[in-house]
Amino acid sequence: MTDALYRDYILDHYKNPRNFGTLEPHDLDWLDHNPLCGDELGVHIVVKDDRVADLRFHGQGCAISQAAASISSEELIGMAVEEVQRLGADWVIEQLGIEISPTRRKCALLSLKVMRGATTGDASWPE
Amino acid sequence: MGAVAARPLVDVRADFPVLEREINGRSLVYLDSAATAQKPRQVIEAMERFYSHSYGTVHRGVYELGREATELFEGARERIAAFVGWDTDCSIFLRNATEAINLVAYAWGRDHVRAGDEVLITEMEHHSNIVPWQLLCEETGATLRYLSVTDSGELSLDELDAVLADGRVRLMSVAHVSNVLGTINPVEEMVRRAREAGAVTVVDGAQAVPQMPVDLRAIDSDFYAWTGHKALGPTAGMLHGRRELLKEMRPFLGGGHMISRVERERSTWNELPWKFEAGTSAVAEAIGLGAAIDYLASLGMENVRAHERDLTAHALERLPEVEGIILYGPPDPDRRGGVVAFAVDGMHPHDIAELCDRQAVCVRAGHHCAQPLMRLLGVGATARASFHVYNSREDTERLIAALRGAREVFGL
Repeated sequence: MTDALYRDYILDHYKNPRNFGTLEPHDLDWLDHNPLCGDELGVHIVVKDDRVADLRFHGQGCAISQAAASISSEELIGMAVEEVQRLGADWVIEQLGIEISPTRRKCALLSLKVMRGATTGDASWPE
Repeated sequence: MGAVAARPLVDVRADFPVLEREINGRSLVYLDSAATAQKPRQVIEAMERFYSHSYGTVHRGVYELGREATELFEGARERIAAFVGWDTDCSIFLRNATEAINLVAYAWGRDHVRAGDEVLITEMEHHSNIVPWQLLCEETGATLRYLSVTDSGELSLDELDAVLADGRVRLMSVAHVSNVLGTINPVEEMVRRAREAGAVTVVDGAQAVPQMPVDLRAIDSDFYAWTGHKALGPTAGMLHGRRELLKEMRPFLGGGHMISRVERERSTWNELPWKFEAGTSAVAEAIGLGAAIDYLASLGMENVRAHERDLTAHALERLPEVEGIILYGPPDPDRRGGVVAFAVDGMHPHDIAELCDRQAVCVRAGHHCAQPLMRLLGVGATARASFHVYNSREDTERLIAALRGAREVFGL
């Protein structure tokens, strides 16, 4: 049974999320939540030479929010902090590779919101 | 399970136009009535009739339309008050139950709650019965206390007695029926004990009035709040209050209609209930709510309750057949209303709701505006199915099939 939203790789990242856990010590961190469902997601980031040297997400969420965090974590490690600060909503949705309905948009964007918070202090939702 | 036959309500589906809809090629199964209920033709037609035939301003018009509008508006109030057994002039039209609770917190709370007092609520409250009291406590220096929820999802009268024995509780506000656990709380007994201890009492009846007989004379709380849109009506809320308290309270909102006379520096207030209805009311909504109450009364609230109990008993019996399912709330259908919150191991509630939607089964996923309770249950969110008169046992079977399908998608 194949599903347009719950593709095999989405479910794989949901069940076996990459770069999940905590990092001690870390240079940057942020904790945020999706007000619709109360799900929480946090991040610990280690910065070296102005780049994301390592990161770990932690928290709980739906398949979409967990997969978005897991998939994008692989791209975020090694990225210049300045570049992370400029990432927009389209970037993370492209990473997910599935169509996101308006009702699930915040699920998809939560990990980017947390990354933006950690790197800029801006707590607004990415657009 | 000794279920009561749902016979009196089998034909009501035809009264609800939305149920003719198909989604994704399947007939609609609406299981989110605890959030908001669908509307019968009778309600829609009453509002349409008002707008297309009798629309006018209330309490002002000297002309025929104004007279008709006023009669329809005040007639609805009279029937709604009678439906719950309270005085018409102590039954106030508002936007929703949230506004009703806020009215009490502001108009009564600010003048009577002091530093050192306690405001008592419970761990199973909806945010609408938490946040207004947080604001009041912040402003007055009073302390907000919570009665705990037991492992079976109920409140303990012994704990209530222990808290009241301190003699500090100035006000108690408690849900009649939990919107997550479904628990029917012993509000009559709680109100009696709180009053004996000198507390003013508020009951949040948002989940009770829509689905069971409610007699406010028997409950006898000082205030009782509920909302029309969960009771098959439009978005209009009600606050029923004790006359002596309403009379001495200051108004909540100031403006037109709530005054008797306005001077340059001060004003005097209109009589009850209009003292608390500033500005132009949601007149069509009030008339629609009157029609919803007529509809429920014609079914008989004893029958509505028997139907809800039957569907809940059936769901509690059948849902455990879904592998990995966890049900919340009291196991005894006699002690709960028509709402079943659940989780499925390995799937987030959002994903459950999304996959149910593919099968045209509408269930709620989220914290249900009860985050303190969610934390107590150790989850961020749950899924929730809730019933009303238009639901049948077959709807639960469709839910079960959708849940099995969802597990398959997730490879569980």
